[in-house]
Amino acid sequence: MSDSWRQPRRILMAALGALTVFYLLAPTLVIVPMSFTNAQILSFPPEGFSLQWYEHMLTDRQWSTGIVNSLIVGLLTAALATVLGTLAALGISRGRFPGRSLVNGLVLSPLIVPVVVIAIGMFGLFVQWKISGSVLGLVLAHTALALPFVVVNVSTSLQTMDRNLELAAANLGADPRRSFMHVTLPIILPGVVAGAIFAFITSWDEVVVAIFLTSARFRTLPVEMWEQVRQVVDPTVAAVSTTLLVVTTTLLLVLVFVRRQAPA
Amino acid sequence: MTTDPSMPARSAAASTSPERPALVLRGLRKDFGTIAAVDGIDLEVRRGEFLTLLGPSGSGKTTTLRMVAGFMAPTSGSIEIDGTDMTRVPPYRRDVGMVFQNYALFPHMTAADNVAFPLRMRRRPAAEIKKRVADALELVKLGSHGDRYPRQLSGGQQQRIALARAVVFEPRLLLMDEPLGALDRKLRESLQLEIIRVSRELGATVLYVTHDQEEALVMSDRIAIFSMGLIEQLGSGEDLYDRPASLFVADCIGESNILRGTYEVDGGAGGWMTREGSRWRVGGAAAARSELSSGAAAALVVRPERMRILDGEAVTDGMNTLDASVDEVLYLGPDTKYQLALGSGQRISIREPREANARGLQRGDPVRVGWSVDDGLLVADPGKG
Repeated sequence: MSDSWRQPRRILMAALGALTVFYLLAPTLVIVPMSFTNAQILSFPPEGFSLQWYEHMLTDRQWSTGIVNSLIVGLLTAALATVLGTLAALGISRGRFPGRSLVNGLVLSPLIVPVVVIAIGMFGLFVQWKISGSVLGLVLAHTALALPFVVVNVSTSLQTMDRNLELAAANLGADPRRSFMHVTLPIILPGVVAGAIFAFITSWDEVVVAIFLTSARFRTLPVEMWEQVRQVVDPTVAAVSTTLLVVTTTLLLVLVFVRRQAPA
Repeated sequence: MTTDPSMPARSAAASTSPERPALVLRGLRKDFGTIAAVDGIDLEVRRGEFLTLLGPSGSGKTTTLRMVAGFMAPTSGSIEIDGTDMTRVPPYRRDVGMVFQNYALFPHMTAADNVAFPLRMRRRPAAEIKKRVADALELVKLGSHGDRYPRQLSGGQQQRIALARAVVFEPRLLLMDEPLGALDRKLRESLQLEIIRVSRELGATVLYVTHDQEEALVMSDRIAIFSMGLIEQLGSGEDLYDRPASLFVADCIGESNILRGTYEVDGGAGGWMTREGSRWRVGGAAAARSELSSGAAAALVVRPERMRILDGEAVTDGMNTLDASVDEVLYLGPDTKYQLALGSGQRISIREPREANARGLQRGDPVRVGWSVDDGLLVADPGKG
């Protein structure tokens, strides 16, 4: 039968797929065992087993402030980008005004413009405004980078939502604000949450803009890693990397869960 | 058509009832670009009336409904609900209930929460909401389904919840946009009766949109036939069926045999229709209603159940005849339907009670068809295209 030649073909495809996945993941995953090493330098394969580098990460002042700074910037970015991005998506998909697609393009442009260009532009401006090297400056910059993810996710939810639901809400006596709060928002919530998670991740592992907009007194985790790797190659970096990885992966799993919950 | 004051459309609108109408549309118009979707219509809906807008898609009936709901602003004209001008009032302040074709139930709320929604928006006390929701669910016979989510309900149940939601706040007007369009035939028929029952029990004024003429006939007190953005005719189902004002209406409501030809006035009352050597008498009443003059392109409309196959009996004065041959004999239970072919190739159909069918007619048999002159309706023939 025709299946007889399909069988080896499928095995070949599976092998190729597995190889590709390995190629993509290996550089990332190699860092995980390295973080548990007993040795004093970054090495592979790791020697022995120890949690000392995690302990160092949490007790060292520079590392722990880096973590706290990253969390603060990430959460503020997620909050700001989610509010602005949701409103922008609403305007773009529901509003009727000239230049709608231009606005859409501008909002999505941070996806295309080279990050280093954005970084230099913001650095120049923020130094003038005296908000370079501050939480505010970095949050504003990261919000711009994260905005497209929120807009795209929320727009998709809005487009798949039945417009008659909003008409029904209005018909039943809900003014636009209450229609949004009681009908639109609950229905697009999975898209909003997905956007917020993307926004947080965007900020959480962002390094280019952060290098420009941080200072010796205020560093986020990725910037701290960048600085330390250039000076000492101590396995704490591996522990920090693993931590970054775990946080990001967890959030992505949450995202998958949220998407599953979304009503069709 | 609508400019003629003798038309049913006008006489109905002009008869001023002492009670204020529930809905008045005046010169209502909606343009999309250069196209007039609704081309300036006038309509009055009486309180407690069930009025259906019937017409093919694109005839302006749904656009009209959406303007009444406030989802769309008219290009010109006015909408008055219960004596208040609502033309510029946003939908959430119109106090009008609407049932959508796709139900439009809020998927994240239970059936009971859906029904409670309009009451919550009106900030009614919790105890009152609870009671009215229970009553409304009871009204649509889904009292035990309040805690279900829409996705756990069948299409028919969802539409009944949507109906409960649209009436629970006692709106001044109930709008329905092809509410049964997504349901299968059997369910549609039972829900038609359900909607009639609910609207009668509540004394609701209903503006109903459909393209299904049978549905319109079953449900409505009056029907407005829409064509190309205008109301072609307004009247009861009986009016429209027995006295269609145009070929379009005759074709829209019920089945019709349409005999096109040239009309000639015949001195006194009535006249003649001629076509390719055939000549049919037009009754005085039909001729007067049509207001056609000699030489007009016209159509004689005869309903299938008004025609019968003659069994060689003598043809009297008050009768028209035509010769045809049998094409198909269809058994419809109580009735038998004959598809007949005329010499011109045109098909006509005849419907007779089954008992009358003892002839054993076969395909190809020649027959003579007769009908009473008074059963022929005369309308102008606008021609094709």
